[in-house]
Amino acid sequence: MAGRLEGKVALISGAARGQGRSHAVRLAQEGADIIAFDVCQQLPTVGYKMATPEDLKETAKQVEDLDRRIIAREADVRDGAAVRALVEEGVAELGRLDIVSANAGIATFVPNAWEMEDDVWEETIAVNLTGVWKTLKAAIPAMIDAGNGGAIVITSSTAGIKGMAGIAHYDSSKHGVVGLMRTLAIELAPHSIRVNTVHPTGVNTPMVVNDYMAQFLSDDFAAANMMNLLPVEMVEAVDISNAVLWLASDEARYVTGTCLPVDAGFLQK
Amino acid sequence: MGRFDGKVVLITGGARGQGRSHALKFASEGADVAFCDIAAQIDTVPYPMARSADLEETVKLVEDLDRRCVGDVADVRDLAQVQAFVDRAKTELGRVDFLLANAGIFSFGTVAELDSTTWQDMIDTNLTGVFHAMRAVLPTMIEQKSGRIVATSSMAGKLGFPNVGHYVAAKWGVIGLAKSAAIEVAAHGITVNVVCPTNVATPMIQNPAAYKLFLPDAENPTLEEAAPAFQSLNPIPVPWVEPIDISNAMAFLCSDEARYITGETLAVAAGFNASNAG
Repeated sequence: MAGRLEGKVALISGAARGQGRSHAVRLAQEGADIIAFDVCQQLPTVGYKMATPEDLKETAKQVEDLDRRIIAREADVRDGAAVRALVEEGVAELGRLDIVSANAGIATFVPNAWEMEDDVWEETIAVNLTGVWKTLKAAIPAMIDAGNGGAIVITSSTAGIKGMAGIAHYDSSKHGVVGLMRTLAIELAPHSIRVNTVHPTGVNTPMVVNDYMAQFLSDDFAAANMMNLLPVEMVEAVDISNAVLWLASDEARYVTGTCLPVDAGFLQK
Repeated sequence: MGRFDGKVVLITGGARGQGRSHALKFASEGADVAFCDIAAQIDTVPYPMARSADLEETVKLVEDLDRRCVGDVADVRDLAQVQAFVDRAKTELGRVDFLLANAGIFSFGTVAELDSTTWQDMIDTNLTGVFHAMRAVLPTMIEQKSGRIVATSSMAGKLGFPNVGHYVAAKWGVIGLAKSAAIEVAAHGITVNVVCPTNVATPMIQNPAAYKLFLPDAENPTLEEAAPAFQSLNPIPVPWVEPIDISNAMAFLCSDEARYITGETLAVAAGFNASNAG
């Protein structure tokens, strides 16, 4: 049976592990070839262990095991030239670009917004917001030139819709991508390129499940803050991938400019 | 193998338009279908509503897909009729897995001049009708600890529009109802979501009265003349989306792929929603 993305090519940032790897595998299962990248380095303000070059190799292997092609490179979303070079290489190699999953992100906690160190704010905004813009800036011309239309899915968060104490930088970056998405949806509609955001609640990935996060989530306030409506503590990465897949598929051909929470009802409380 | 093999979907307003499209989409993925429709005219509605021949045609089209189909005449304004429909569906098809609360009407008038019957028919059908459908299926879904409900709202459930204040009020109301129900039943393994279409190519908006709404100065506007005015709402340059586009969103929200999506409003609106925060 033909996959829902047969013949398509998807660019995925932050693809070495977690949600990004899951997106790469899920889209490949439906027939897409993949252009994957990840910084594969520790960033100074991030308190948990970030992905490694070995993680990215594992993503490449899992995609290749599905008989799909993949270009996997170490590149930083903050480095526009590097992302442009990757898009150029990927499109030259795989022939086109149809889908972008702007997924790369970091998450840290601070006591409050006014005592946050400047470098914490700046690094989070640079990766989670400016990095999304740079990824899309690199990808969109290739999508427009190809004239095939396309779909962009940006990973925001429940924190992109709601305020939460202790994460003003993260919350601001995730709200910011919604504004970017809504503007791009209007700007890209004439090119039949659709732009949407997904808003996960806590996802079972190394960004959330680690000792650093555990120490912030152990107090009662944080625990209450993290409670979902549906009786499930966290969702799985594949649940986000399924939403990305649907938004990227032809079944959603007239869906653009929307925020799609995959949040087990978290935002309804 | 379909995504919905062995499942039963209940649809209100299934005789034609979006409801029929939902019936065929779900049947093509393996579901048996039960739907109801008023199959009669409501006096304040300025276009011809579905008739029993439409209802029979939907039954035939579902059966052509080798799925079972119950097509019932029921007015969603009357809880007893909706309950009887749900009971019949359960008896004949054995289960209730999904509810698509789709039945709706369209009529026009400014708030300053709207007569109270037009208001009441609208609220009774487009809002209370959704409540009745939820009320009729939820005890079963709660008992079986599973179920999916998707209600049809509209971009008119997120914005204000002149000349259709009663429709807008009903469609905003549907969102409030669905979000509240989502909270109440989440612990029972039931999700409740809303789809918000832009214009959809169905008889409800493809009729002279609706063309006149978009082109008030034209004497007898045609579909061709009205299309650019409809299209002006949508950044993706189409005057309307097709019923199947709404059906695809309904199917996604009822599928296992959407198991953790609840209380949400999903715009299938060709970008009409992009400039709106809702």
